[in-house]
This record gives sequence, structure tokens and C-alpha cells, in this order.
Amino acid sequence: MTITNDLTAAAVAPAPAEESRGKKGGGALGRYLLVRFLLIFPTVFILVTVVFVLMRATGDPITAALGGRLPPDQLHERIHQAGYDRPILVQYLDYLGRIARGDFGTTLSDHLPVTHVLATYGAATLELAFYALVVAFLVGIPLGRVAAARRDRGPDAALRVSAILGYATPVFFAGLVLKLIFGVLLHWLPTSGRATTRNLITMKTHGARTGIYLIDAISTGQWSVVSDVLQHAVLPALALGLLTAGVFLRLVRTNMISTLQTGYVEAARSRGVAERRLVRAHAWRPALVPIITVIGLQIAMLLGGAVLTETTFEWKGLGFQLVQYLNARDFVAVQGMVALLAVIVAVTNFIVDVIAALVDPRIRY
Amino acid sequence: MTADIANLATPPSPEELALVIAPEHGPRWHRLPIVRQLRSSVGLQRGMLVAGLLLTGIFVLSAIFAPLIAPYSWAQLRDAHGLFGSQQAPSSAHWLGTTVGGYDVLSRVVWGSRTALLTILAAVVLSLFLGVFLGLVSGYFGGWLDRVLVVVADAIYAFPSLLLAIVAAIVISGGQSNLWSGILAAAISITVVFVPQYFRVIRSEVVRIKSEAFVESARVIGSSSARIMTRHVLRNSVRTLPLIMTLNCSEAILTLAGLGFLGFGIEPSKAAEWGYDLNKSIQDVTAGIWWTAVFPGVAIVLTVLGITLVGESLNDLADPRLRTRRAAGGGRKRAKDTVQDEGATNQPEDAR
Repeated sequence: MTITNDLTAAAVAPAPAEESRGKKGGGALGRYLLVRFLLIFPTVFILVTVVFVLMRATGDPITAALGGRLPPDQLHERIHQAGYDRPILVQYLDYLGRIARGDFGTTLSDHLPVTHVLATYGAATLELAFYALVVAFLVGIPLGRVAAARRDRGPDAALRVSAILGYATPVFFAGLVLKLIFGVLLHWLPTSGRATTRNLITMKTHGARTGIYLIDAISTGQWSVVSDVLQHAVLPALALGLLTAGVFLRLVRTNMISTLQTGYVEAARSRGVAERRLVRAHAWRPALVPIITVIGLQIAMLLGGAVLTETTFEWKGLGFQLVQYLNARDFVAVQGMVALLAVIVAVTNFIVDVIAALVDPRIRY
Repeated sequence: MTADIANLATPPSPEELALVIAPEHGPRWHRLPIVRQLRSSVGLQRGMLVAGLLLTGIFVLSAIFAPLIAPYSWAQLRDAHGLFGSQQAPSSAHWLGTTVGGYDVLSRVVWGSRTALLTILAAVVLSLFLGVFLGLVSGYFGGWLDRVLVVVADAIYAFPSLLLAIVAAIVISGGQSNLWSGILAAAISITVVFVPQYFRVIRSEVVRIKSEAFVESARVIGSSSARIMTRHVLRNSVRTLPLIMTLNCSEAILTLAGLGFLGFGIEPSKAAEWGYDLNKSIQDVTAGIWWTAVFPGVAIVLTVLGITLVGESLNDLADPRLRTRRAAGGGRKRAKDTVQDEGATNQPEDAR
């Protein structure tokens, strides 16, 4: 990953990379951040263009949504009103202009601006992604450490196989199995939704209404509501989190193994420092730095996984809503949401890269 | 191979020598790609490779012989005794039970492997040709085309692949579809996601190789660009392709299943598809009906597992640094799992 990332960065911004190599200080960092920031724009532009071209290659969204249900003359009138009979280039420029102003379109089925849909359901997806990341950290990082410390022995082999198994299991199937075991057979946890209806109403009337249910529940001051919300979150967080945990496990394992072979660890080892202490005090922290870089890539994976997880658990977030629009054949909504997500992914990647550059001086070009 | 011998601390044992020499002197079939790796593997790696080959073999066989294995057709609702009935528990008539739609689960699982195999073939062929071609041209000629392609590939690479696949599926099939347009939709959606990966790998190899002396000498004697690219550069830059291809296969199955799960599957009357069946089983699971979800799901897991195991083992075996060597003398000598191993194998998960 890092290899290809370096390559790309070098290909895109060769000049700063060359110049800054000899210098020290904030100039290099500043230039890197600027180049990285400017890269957001072509990225978003390309993705939005790809989505636009793909979506319009088939025809106009109104025919897709209403074709066959309206008489042809009414259909034509609707198409004309929405401007889908203009030349494609004009439509494209119009589309770009509106995106630049923050207008991602209005859904056909319920006439809501796409940005409004995002504001309504984004919090739920954010909450799910947060829980999943917590699970991934709690599971993946300690286990990666164990695997590295017990390299090539029993625990390591078992963990590697489970990591492959984790990769081979689609997140929605993992979700269904979790539901089956913990929800249906054991009756320990609820299988769908984000809270029971009664608690939903309590939160609506007494809570903070941020959309992030954990905050809303805490603000009601009732522990039963908080525990209900958390119980609903356990299975979706596990399903989505374990997928990411496998990635973290392998990454921490690899990094720790290579750190354990570096000169300074070797020096400590030759001074008689115990192997256990080498892992805990010497190789542990440096192995965590690359995780920050990888989280950027995980954001995209988490979003894709969230669409499937939300559908499995009827978690009413962006992914769940996206599937509703898909089934309603509301392609304006789909196009808008995908374009908006492209912006979010690009911006998050930028933020992650900035954090990585601040933490690890080697990343600055 | 010769480097291997040089690296060994102890003189090579007869077995090891035989191993090194085998490809030249053994029977002809020993030189076939998979057979050679199988013969050179040992221990856990051999176990992984054998397990992977076994699972993949079962998958391919059930895809080819689906009409012979499956008791019913994928869209069959009744036989001589009348309707199958909906959500019937596993029994002697229906070994794996029936779905909510009244289909036989076993038949749909078996026929689903054929859909999956066809999708894999289409997706791999499409993305291989496109990605390799673009990577070759971009890496060899460089310039503005190269920069544009790199930025485009990066933008697509960083984006959730499933969302891109959804958009592509809408375009190709308008949502619902029959067997061929469904397979093509999934395959092309996967291609959109995978071309950037082939592109990046091939391009970086090409950039490295094009500065080698043999390329320069070819240029000096006046070979055409096309000839240099195909004869000298391409052949030396496809080393890593088998690994990406196997990963591509597993990713293809997961994406097909994901699309099916979101309702972009192939209609049940046109072909069997595991993801679609899983989608229909969400409600069943809540009611405690486990067989409609578990069997298609296990089929996906085992297929992806098998292909991934083959890919990982081939990757380890292709690299002398990662290959577990047969015991030479007394102690077991292990030289696997270096950083390169994970560097390469991490890729698929990041991409998901």
C-alpha cells in the first residue's frame, strides 16, 4: 500500500518531492499539505464525472423511474421540465456548477434535497462506523501484537487463518449468522433497528436529537435507554468491525515483525532486554503509526461495508436509505448520494493524510 | 532457483536438489503451473495450497456439472408430487430445505456456483486486458497521459468499490436483469473497480523495467515501441499477475454477492445467485429459519476461502524469501512471512 501510495504521490507531485528532500523545517510540510489539499479537487471532479457519465449512459432518470407508468406525452413533459432533453454537455456543465454550489440534486421519490438526506441519515452511519472502528481497534490491534510475538507458532497460524476466513466472509453473511446465534437462538440481543420504539419516542421528546443515538440516549438521563441503544449496536458493530479487525491484525503483525528486526530493537535485545519487554516497550508504538495511514483506505471500505451492514440490520443510515432509493429506481437520489459520498471520502482521506504527516515525519515529502 | 542454492547455509540435500532440477528433468506434467508449485511446497504451505485447490476444485466441478448434481432446476417450484412449499425444513426430499419463494435450496446453491464462475471468468478477462493494456501504455510512454491515468486510477481506487459497482450495475442492467446481462453487469462493475489495481501494478513494473539495459539495447537496434512493449517489457512485468488474479476472483464473487444482496441480483427465474438468496433470507433469520441463509452463505465463504488460499500460497511459493523450505539436515529452516508477503496480500482487503 505504502509503496504504491509513494509512487502515486511522486508521480503527481514530483517537483516538491525533489526540492524538499534536502531541506528541513515547516516549509516541506506546508508544501506537502498544500499539494495534498489541491489533490482533493481533481479526485472529486473525476469521481463525479465518472458517476455522471455512467448514470447518463443509460438514458434519463425520469424514464427509468416512471417509464411505463406515465403516458408518453406526460413523460416527455416531465423530462423537459427537468432539463434532461438538453445536450448532454450542457447538462454536465450545469451539474458541475450545481455541485460546486453544494447542490447534489433532489430525490425524485420524496422530493428531498440529497444534502438533507445526508444530514438526516448521516449521523446513523457515522455512529455505526465509529462503533465498528472501536471493535476493529479492540480486536485487531491486540491480536496482531499476539500474532507477531508468537510468530510462526500456534497462535499466529490460528490468527492468520481466521484473518483469511474473515476476509472470505461477506459482511452481510457474518451479520446474518450473528443475528441467528445471538438474536434468535440465544435471545441475548435485538436483531434489527437502532432502538425500541418506546425508547425512540423518549429520545425524540427528551433527548438532544443529534441523530447520534448514544448522545441522545445519554442526554435523556435514563440508563435503560442508553443500554437499549448500546444493545442494538452490538451486532452491527461486530459484523462490520470484525471485517476491519482482520486488516488491522495483519498490519500490526507485519509492522511489529519488521520493527522487531530493526537495529535498535536488536541493540536492546543484545543488552539482555527480555523478549516480552521488547514487544511491549520497543516495537509496539512504531508499529501503530502505519495504521493511521491505512485508516484512510478503511474509510472507503467501511462505507461500502456499512451499506451492506445497514441493510442486514435495518439500521436506518445512509446505506439503508441508498438501497431504498435503489429499489424505488430513484437514480437521481442514488447519483447525488454517491457523488456526495465521493466528496466525503476525498476529504476524509485528506484529513487522515494530514494526521499521518504530522505524526510521522517520514511521510513529508 | 540458482539463487536459492546460493542462499542456503548448508549444502542442499538430495531432495532439494531434485526439487530445483525437477522442472527440467521430470515428466512433462511436472512442469505444469500448479503441479510445479504443489511439488515445491511443504508443511503448512502445502496444506494451505491443497485445501485451497480442493475447495476451488469442488466449486469449479459443481459449476460445470450443475445439471447433474442439482436435484432440481434453479427456478423449479414443483415436481410430480406438486409444489415444493415455502420455507420447508431440510428433509429427504429437499436436503437443504426450501426458500421463502418455494425453491429448493440445494439446487440453487449448486446452480449459483455456475453463475459465480461465469462472472469470475468475464470479470477477470475484462479487467486483465484493460488494466494490463493501460498500465503498459501509461508506464512506457509516460507524459501527461500517464499522469492523468494515475490520478484517475487513484480517485477510483480510493472510492468504495461497492458503490461504484452499484452505479455500474444500474447502467448496464437498469437494476433487474436476466442471466447474461446480470453476469455482465456484475463483471463490468467489478472491472471498473479492478482495472485501477492491474493498472497500478503493471505500470510500476513497466516504469522499473523500461530503464533496464536490455530495453535500451532493443531501442538502440531500432525495434519499434510496440515490439519492445510486447516482447521485452510486458513479459517481464506480469510476474505479480497470478496473485492479483486470484484476489480478483474472490473479490468478484464478493461483489456479485453484495450486488445481489442489495437487490441487484439476477432474477430468481433467470439464474441462481447466492447474494439474492441471502437477501431473501433476512426475514427468515429473524423467524429462526436458518437453512435459507446458512447454505448460500457458506457456499460464498468456502469458494472465496478456497481461491484466496490458492492465491496466498502461490504468492508465498513464487517468492524464494517467503517459501518454506524442505528440512535440510537437522533443524527446520523457515524463511517466510517477511514484510513483502503482507505488503502484497494486504491489498485486496484495503480495496474492499
